[in-house]
Amino acid sequence: MKKERLKKQHSIIPGRGMTLGITITMLSLFILIPLVSAMLYSFRMSWKDFTELITRPNVTQAFATSIWCSLIAAVINCIFGTILAWVLVRYEFPGKRLMDAMIELPFALPTAVAGITLTKMYSDNGFLGRALERVGIRVSYTRLGIIIAMVFIGIPFVVRAVQPILEKLPAAHEEAALMLGASRFTTFRKVIFPEIMPALLSGFGLALARGIGEYGSVIYISGNSEKNGTQVVSYIIMSKLNSGNVDYEGAAAIALVLLILSFLMLFLINMIQHFAARRTNA
Amino acid sequence: MYVEMRKICKKFGDYEAAKSIDFGIEKGKMAALLGPSGSGKTTILRILAGLEKQDSGDVIIEGRVVNDIPASKRGIGFVFQNYALFRYMTVYDNIAFGLKVQKADKHQMKERVNEMISLIGLEGLEKRYPDQLSGGQRQRVAFARAIVPNPQLLLLDEPFAAIDAKVRKELRAWLKEMIEKVGITSIFVTHDQDEAVELADDIIIINEGNLEQMGSPVSIYKHPETPFVAHFIGTSNTLDNLSGFKGFEGIEAGKKVIIRPEFVEVFKNDNQRFKNLMDATEEGIIKKIAFRGSYLELTMLVNGVLLTTTRSLERRSVSVGEKMRVLLHRVYLFDDTNAEMRAEIYKNELLKGVDIEML
Repeated sequence: MKKERLKKQHSIIPGRGMTLGITITMLSLFILIPLVSAMLYSFRMSWKDFTELITRPNVTQAFATSIWCSLIAAVINCIFGTILAWVLVRYEFPGKRLMDAMIELPFALPTAVAGITLTKMYSDNGFLGRALERVGIRVSYTRLGIIIAMVFIGIPFVVRAVQPILEKLPAAHEEAALMLGASRFTTFRKVIFPEIMPALLSGFGLALARGIGEYGSVIYISGNSEKNGTQVVSYIIMSKLNSGNVDYEGAAAIALVLLILSFLMLFLINMIQHFAARRTNA
Repeated sequence: MYVEMRKICKKFGDYEAAKSIDFGIEKGKMAALLGPSGSGKTTILRILAGLEKQDSGDVIIEGRVVNDIPASKRGIGFVFQNYALFRYMTVYDNIAFGLKVQKADKHQMKERVNEMISLIGLEGLEKRYPDQLSGGQRQRVAFARAIVPNPQLLLLDEPFAAIDAKVRKELRAWLKEMIEKVGITSIFVTHDQDEAVELADDIIIINEGNLEQMGSPVSIYKHPETPFVAHFIGTSNTLDNLSGFKGFEGIEAGKKVIIRPEFVEVFKNDNQRFKNLMDATEEGIIKKIAFRGSYLELTMLVNGVLLTTTRSLERRSVSVGEKMRVLLHRVYLFDDTNAEMRAEIYKNELLKGVDIEML
């Protein structure tokens, strides 16, 4: 009886079995198995070694650097990305198409290239770095540098998440607020912002996730100094694998913690999104 | 005049949405901007609201030129075509929005919003979100939201377009009653002549950015001033000429003719009521009979042209192919080579002053 009903469901939208099969295979091959193997590697350590490694000052500091910098970068991306998406959707200006196409460049550029370019630009003899140095702001080899690199690589996520929502938003909503005497700012805060909020959250989540795991663009500009607190987690992991005696277990253990922290943050963002959506579509 | 538009012109690129529009509406009246889609009627409403800036001309509200006053400061209530309710706010918050942005006193605000909710009969639904309401309920919320800050003028853009036909009639009556109760001057845009005729004190007919005619529904129906109005209001046939019809020999060549169903009387040969007017009739054959619910619609072939008329179900039954007497008692004439020419009424000369309405 039950089987029969299941069979019927299959026939309504064809291809369920096949697509589901492909999905699970791909998910396993490319995501699940590598993740599980990372876990298995780290389980070779004893609990005592594991906790000792994770609580080492340079490791905890790296976690703090990675998480704080990527959080701040994601927040900056949300503000800047929303403005950018707004400009691209609402206004007509020469070069708009070009600007729109440029948004994805941080994805296309090899991250190492981005990292080296940013480092040069913001270093003492780079043209931006020199100017900032004069007002007492150092970018290269500081946490500020890490944040800038993360903003650079994370911006497309927010723009591409918010842009379609703004495009679909009917002008009548804003006009209605305007007719009721609301200022431009109130209209944005009360009417437009709640509409783009779910998209903004997912953009935030993606930018954050990208920032936490970022390696290529960050390591050049950060300087990777333990003293300045500019080591990121991915750097610690890489150094475990690059040094004379390769420490697979240690690298995997740190990766596992990073994985769990990232997952928790993304899960939290998803929950917020879920509740925000439920409020209107119940 | 309470609301006035003076020589309003507006172009969108090459498209002229308003060509020197001039009209005025008295306080407390309800006016309809009626026209086919793309005629520019919505643009005119949006210029009044300040959502669109006219290229030239003045908008005057209560004797004050408001050209440079932004939409948010004009104190006009606006109901949008799809209501544009704020999806992330409850019914209560939607209605309260206009008072909240004015930083109104909390207590007074609550009182006023609750008064509105009971006025529109949505008590108990304050905490719902717009997605959880029916189309009719949404329209009520949109109406309440627009009038809550006590505007002196209410503008409605196609207020019934998003509602299904059955609820529409009910809501029309409701809206009329509400607007009378509140006593607010209002202007609404519609492409539906029934809606305009039923609701409005004044109808303003717009076509291709021109104001064709303004007047009461009855005067517009009875005395259309332009060929467009004669066509647009009511149903009608247009003929190039009436050659062969008795009593219309005096029509100048080149003029076109508009015939409404009520200008055509159809009866059997032995009809008593029209027996003195048999000389003025033509012979016609019934080509088609359509049942329209409370009446029949007959399509008659007369002198090689097709005329449409209605027939009461209370009269003797007729059948397709039957020969009938057809009395065309008057027509509208217009000259489509001269746009300035007004439509005029031409009566059947053979009636010799007999008033068909007296029969």
